[in-house]
Amino acid sequence: MTSISLSVNGKSVSGDVEGRTLLSAFLRENLQLTGTHIGCDTSQCGACVVHVDGQAIKACTMLAAEADGADVRTIEGMENADGSLGVIQQAFQDHHGLQCGFCTPGMVMSAAALLKDNPNPTEGEIREYLEGNLCRCTGYHNIVKAIMAASGQDVSKIAAE
Amino acid sequence: MPKDGGIGASTKRREDLRFLTGKGRYTDDINLHGQAYAYFLRSDIAHGTINSIDTSGAEAMPGVVRVFTASDFEGVGGIPCGWQITDRHGEVMQEPKHPVLAEGKVRHVGDPIAVVVAESLDQARDAAEAIDVDITELEPVLDMKAAVADGAPKVHDDLTSNLCYDWGFVEENRDAVDQAIKNAHHVTTLELTNNRLVANPMEPRVAVGDYSLATDEHTLYTTSQNPHVIRLLMGAFVLGIPEHKLRVVAPDVGGGFGTKIFHYAEEAFCTFAAKQLRRPVKWTCSRSEAFISDAHGRDHVTKIELAMDKDGMFLALRTDTYANMGAYLSTFAPSVPTWLHGTLMAGNYKTPLIYVNVKAVFTNTVPVDAYRGAGRPEATFQLERVVDKAAREMGIDPVELRRRNFITEFPYATPVAVEYDTGDYHATMDKLLDISNHAGFAARAADSKARGKLRGFGIAHYIEACGIAPSNLVGQLGARAGLYESATVRVNATGSISVMTGSHSHGQGHETSFAQVVSDMIGIDADQIDIVHGDTANTPMGMGTYGSRSLAVGGSAIVKATEKIISKARKIAAHLLEAAEADIELKDGAFTVAGTDKSVAWGDVTLAAYVPHNYPLEEIEPGLEETAFYDPANFTYPSGAYGCEVEVDPDTGKVDVVAFSAADDFGNIVNPMIVEGQVQGGLAQGIGQALLENCAYDENGQLLSGSYMDYTMPRADDVPMFKVDHSCITPCTHNPLGVKGCGEAGAIGSPPAVVNAVIDALQRAGHDVTHIDMPLSPDRVWAAMNR
Repeated sequence: MTSISLSVNGKSVSGDVEGRTLLSAFLRENLQLTGTHIGCDTSQCGACVVHVDGQAIKACTMLAAEADGADVRTIEGMENADGSLGVIQQAFQDHHGLQCGFCTPGMVMSAAALLKDNPNPTEGEIREYLEGNLCRCTGYHNIVKAIMAASGQDVSKIAAE
Repeated sequence: MPKDGGIGASTKRREDLRFLTGKGRYTDDINLHGQAYAYFLRSDIAHGTINSIDTSGAEAMPGVVRVFTASDFEGVGGIPCGWQITDRHGEVMQEPKHPVLAEGKVRHVGDPIAVVVAESLDQARDAAEAIDVDITELEPVLDMKAAVADGAPKVHDDLTSNLCYDWGFVEENRDAVDQAIKNAHHVTTLELTNNRLVANPMEPRVAVGDYSLATDEHTLYTTSQNPHVIRLLMGAFVLGIPEHKLRVVAPDVGGGFGTKIFHYAEEAFCTFAAKQLRRPVKWTCSRSEAFISDAHGRDHVTKIELAMDKDGMFLALRTDTYANMGAYLSTFAPSVPTWLHGTLMAGNYKTPLIYVNVKAVFTNTVPVDAYRGAGRPEATFQLERVVDKAAREMGIDPVELRRRNFITEFPYATPVAVEYDTGDYHATMDKLLDISNHAGFAARAADSKARGKLRGFGIAHYIEACGIAPSNLVGQLGARAGLYESATVRVNATGSISVMTGSHSHGQGHETSFAQVVSDMIGIDADQIDIVHGDTANTPMGMGTYGSRSLAVGGSAIVKATEKIISKARKIAAHLLEAAEADIELKDGAFTVAGTDKSVAWGDVTLAAYVPHNYPLEEIEPGLEETAFYDPANFTYPSGAYGCEVEVDPDTGKVDVVAFSAADDFGNIVNPMIVEGQVQGGLAQGIGQALLENCAYDENGQLLSGSYMDYTMPRADDVPMFKVDHSCITPCTHNPLGVKGCGEAGAIGSPPAVVNAVIDALQRAGHDVTHIDMPLSPDRVWAAMNR
């Protein structure tokens, strides 16, 4: 067992983990932050995307021990200070960018990372960026639309309004 | 304009607030005090005899609580099948035992052999590696036609063969169809496969079993589309637990697409083991494990023949299908290639004579059952492909050939036992040609050509039977269940409402759309109405969500129960207003005496029901809670025209879907935003089937596509923005909302549209290619072009 201390959503946390414990498991089981979801075992689906020191990573690709000292942000830390939905979260609701909700935390975290690097992405850039996030419900249409809307672009001309 | 929050409004979904903030409560988020963890040791051999299982090494491993094998399940029933088919000779299907854990033989890669329960999942997994299983490998049965040939090895030694059933429909038409095909001006023939798929909801399956010694009550938390069905099947047929001692909870469920309908061995195991061990037992499926334990979908091999006269009028249709059942019969597997497939073979066309033969076959593969569309995609694919091929052979435009044969008068009784209540197929075809700018295709094709790409346009027109299903009818067809739906509407004293539905939402947004229906009927704000689902302890017996049935059947039950509420509330209002009941009108949440300004608010009526001081106690009981069960009179028949536009790269064979348009007739629409989302998602799954997805086994029965590294899920850059239209509306004639259902349409109509588009592109470029089997991967398309 290794003792680790890190910051998660602005709060200091610590815990004892096995060497093989993944960050995704630590978040879900030790911290009960169950918004980070596990949808696969080959790091393909992206349901577990979180931010570590500002970078979007799949939490299943990182050992919890590697996150010692890191600043981690999860879906539970994406609301505004007053508890209202953040801009990206609100855009997902406004444009029906989620159905079952299981891929949604990873999608929102990936979208946030994309918009930080590229505040005005094209449809093609969004689709390419989301290569690492699988959704089985939406057909991606409304996810792409929501991310465009969250970036301030006019999406009223996109088909199937 | 629809009322805010009422029927017809694109109300934003209330469930999104928890899903967007990480507060959803999925089954894997549930951890019970003192729980142990189950890990299933699964067969890595497709077919073999189990000689011995030595668990002693595993039992000595750290943290191991107990190791279970088949011998622990003596006296426990097998996993039941919910549908019995009677074949064309009057014989009932062959129905093998499906044990919770493999008995004597393993029959597919993934067949569970033993389960380790330990203090942690890692310990359980480690200990499973120490189980010593001695298996003698047998020749696996994989190819369906070889499986039913004489001398084939048998998947189940106690059955006479690997043939589950040989179904003919309609058997009395067989000779007439043969004769019509023999004598026809032209017969178009097509042999094709409908590729095996894995449903792949993003949330893997999970089961948590719990047992209370104090009350002798079992609780199962599970990722299910139909908790009451699981309670009935598992309680009555597997574990022998009466319903009142068994609670099944399906909380937030991360997608289903059919594969979470079925009762699985892991659910029974966790429920059983929790009592044995006197502690909760949790099983979480890994994705790789899901590929070898979730029921798969499709997997048909079909020959279809369409006979026409010289004008292209359809005279007869004959189709022969081999349908893969896998190693065991999953819950609804026998119904999928038969009643959910054969009854749709008329499509949108007035073909007078149809004969469908289906041979269902056992193989050493994962069981196959319903996947989004379930039988209807298989029917639509072969029909819309053969019609397209026929158009080319006859030299008739594919749109025109379809139009010539469209059914135009309703109700229409097909020769395959169903009666379409309503529809307007010319309208949806017109709408499709409009929204897809079909007229501008030539210019777009020229532009593609200038860029070195081959452009094609493909059309498909589908029909499906939804709103499953009239119980008396499906009972005659072999269903071992009724397919009604239920609702309890509980009006609280202050006027707020809890609606308990037997339907289940796992992405469909029922919490929002069902509230819209009740809000519209009573005239109070939707935020005063809660939709409760997913727990057998607080919902009436219901059959769950699949077959695009939730609004058409479940919504109708809610309407019926709400009508009862309104009827009683009207009596109370009449008493309070000292007026005749017939004069009382309900509008915008108030009861008014017609033609006067005398009224009483909804909340005053509901309060009177629970504080009955001034109340007609001699006539009606206090309280305001009603339950209704709705059993549909018929299926519903959504239909639509789909148009796919592709570009094919002639150098690589890669197909890009550059545009996709869908013009659907779903009847009335409650929440357009949700309907569009359902169609968009279905389209991506259908495009996935057509171009990307394939569940492949090698000659040893090993699953080659067993993870997301190997099974190609559609990603964001594989699909375009979709044009989705639902303005063609012919309301369903037999349910109170006039709705038809929209959940499966996208996955049903899109695969033939995509394949038709690729064939169109290749033929326009001069390639003599009439068919390519799905998925149309670059290598298959390139090979077809370069034969």
